[in-house]
Amino acid sequence: MSSFTSFLYNSIFRRNTTMLATVFAGAFAMQLAFDTGSDRVWDSINRGRQWKDIKYKYIQKAEDDGDDDE
Amino acid sequence: MLARSVLRSARSVGATARNVASKTASRSASTTSSAAEGASWKTNALPIGATAFAAGTVAWYAYVAGRDVDAMTPAEEGLHPTQYPWEHAKWNKTFDSQAHGSLRRGFQVYREVCASCHSLSRIPYRSLVGKIMTVDEAKALAEENEYDTEPNDEGEIEKRPGKLSDYLPGPYKNDEAARAANNGALPPDLSLMVKARHGGCDYIFSLLTGYPEEPPAGAVVPEGLNFNPYFPGTGIAMARVLYDDLVEYEDETPATTSQMAKDVTEFLNWAAEPEADDRKKMGWKVLAVTSVLTALSIWVKRYKWASVKSRKLVYNPPIKSPILSKLPKPTNKS
Ligand code: HEC
Repeated sequence: MSSFTSFLYNSIFRRNTTMLATVFAGAFAMQLAFDTGSDRVWDSINRGRQWKDIKYKYIQKAEDDGDDDE
Repeated sequence: MLARSVLRSARSVGATARNVASKTASRSASTTSSAAEGASWKTNALPIGATAFAAGTVAWYAYVAGRDVDAMTPAEEGLHPTQYPWEHAKWNKTFDSQAHGSLRRGFQVYREVCASCHSLSRIPYRSLVGKIMTVDEAKALAEENEYDTEPNDEGEIEKRPGKLSDYLPGPYKNDEAARAANNGALPPDLSLMVKARHGGCDYIFSLLTGYPEEPPAGAVVPEGLNFNPYFPGTGIAMARVLYDDLVEYEDETPATTSQMAKDVTEFLNWAAEPEADDRKKMGWKVLAVTSVLTALSIWVKRYKWASVKSRKLVYNPPIKSPILSKLPKPTNKS
C-alpha cells in the first residue's frame, strides 16, 4: 500500500504540472467514458424507438427507388 | 450543572402552579355544587344560546362566502380530457420514430389532413432529417414548394425550390386569408399547440376523437360551429377531420381514427419539444453525476467532523476550600 501511495505521490502529486496534466487528462477520459456509457444505456432502454434503430428500412428503400428510376 | 439547576427550579415553579390550580379548582367546584342545587334551565340558557349563535354565524358565513366561485360554467370550462399513458412522455423514453409508434405516421397525418388548414411554422425541413425521414426524402419534400429568393441585381425577387433550411410553408398567405377560408375562425399554428393547451397531448387527442355523432339534447350549437365537449365553450369552428381509413399508412398500420389521432398528437408533441429526448437524457446524466457528488460531500463532511464529534471535553474545577480537598478527588482519567 505504502509503495503504491509513494508511487502515486512521486509520479503525480510531486510536481504541480504533472498533477494539472493528470487532472485534465482524467477529466477528458472520464467525460468520454461517462458519455459513451450513459448513451449506451439510454439507447438500450429505448431500443427500436429512435431513428437510428429503424433508418435502415428507409435508406434501403431510397436506394431501391434510385435503381428503379435508372 | 447550570442547566440542571434551572430545570429543577422550573419544576418547582410548575409544582406551585399546579398547587394553585388545584386549589382554585376545588374552590370553584364547591361554589358550583352549592349553586347547582337550585339551578334551572336559566343557568344553561346563556352558553347554549351563545354556542347556537356562533354555529349559526359560521354556517351563514360559509354559505355566503365559502362556496366555490367559478368564473365560467362547466360548459365554458370544457370537459377535462382523459389522461392517457403516453409512452413517449415517460421519463426514460424517447419519442418513437416509427417502430411501434408514431412520428413518421404522425407527420403523414399532419401533411395529408391538418396541413390544409394549419401551419407548422416553427419546423424546418432539416429538423425532420434523422428523426422522421432520410436526407433525400426531406430534400425531395422541400423541393415540392417554392420560396422567395433574395433580391437579385435588379431588385427582383424570384422563386426557387425549397431547401432543407426552409421552414414548412403554411396553407394560407396570411391570417386574413385563413379566416376568410374558415368561416371567420383562424386555424392556429400547431407548432407549439401541445404546450399551449391545458392537458397537452391528452387534450389534443380528446379533441380530435371527441366529436359526438350529434350534439346532446339541449346543447346550443351556434351556426357554423361544431359540438365538441372538450373544447372550452363546446362550440368549435373545426369540424371533425379524422375518419377511419382517411390516410393510408406505408407500414400498413390500420388507420383508425384513434390511431391517427394518437400518431398526430405524438408528432405535435415532438414539434413542440424537439429537444425533449436530449433533455431527458441530459437530466439522467445530471442526476447520476450529482448523486455521486452528493455521496462524496457527505463522506467528506463525516470525515472532517469525526474528530470533532468523538472528542470529549473534561473540566476539573480548581479546588478552593481546604475542607473539600480532604474529600476524594475525581479521577482525571476519562
Ligand atoms: C378544415 C380545416 C381544418 C383542418 C383540416 C384541421 N383543422 Fe384544426 N382547426 C381549424 C380551425 C378553423 C380551428 C379554430 C377553431 C376555433 O377556434 O373555434 C382549429 C383549431 C384546432 C386546434 C386548437 C383547438 C383549441 O383548443 O384552440 C387544434 C389543436 C387543432 N385544430 C388540431 C388539428 C389537427 C391535429 C388537425 C389534423 C388532424 C386539424 N386540426 C385539422 C381548422 C382545421
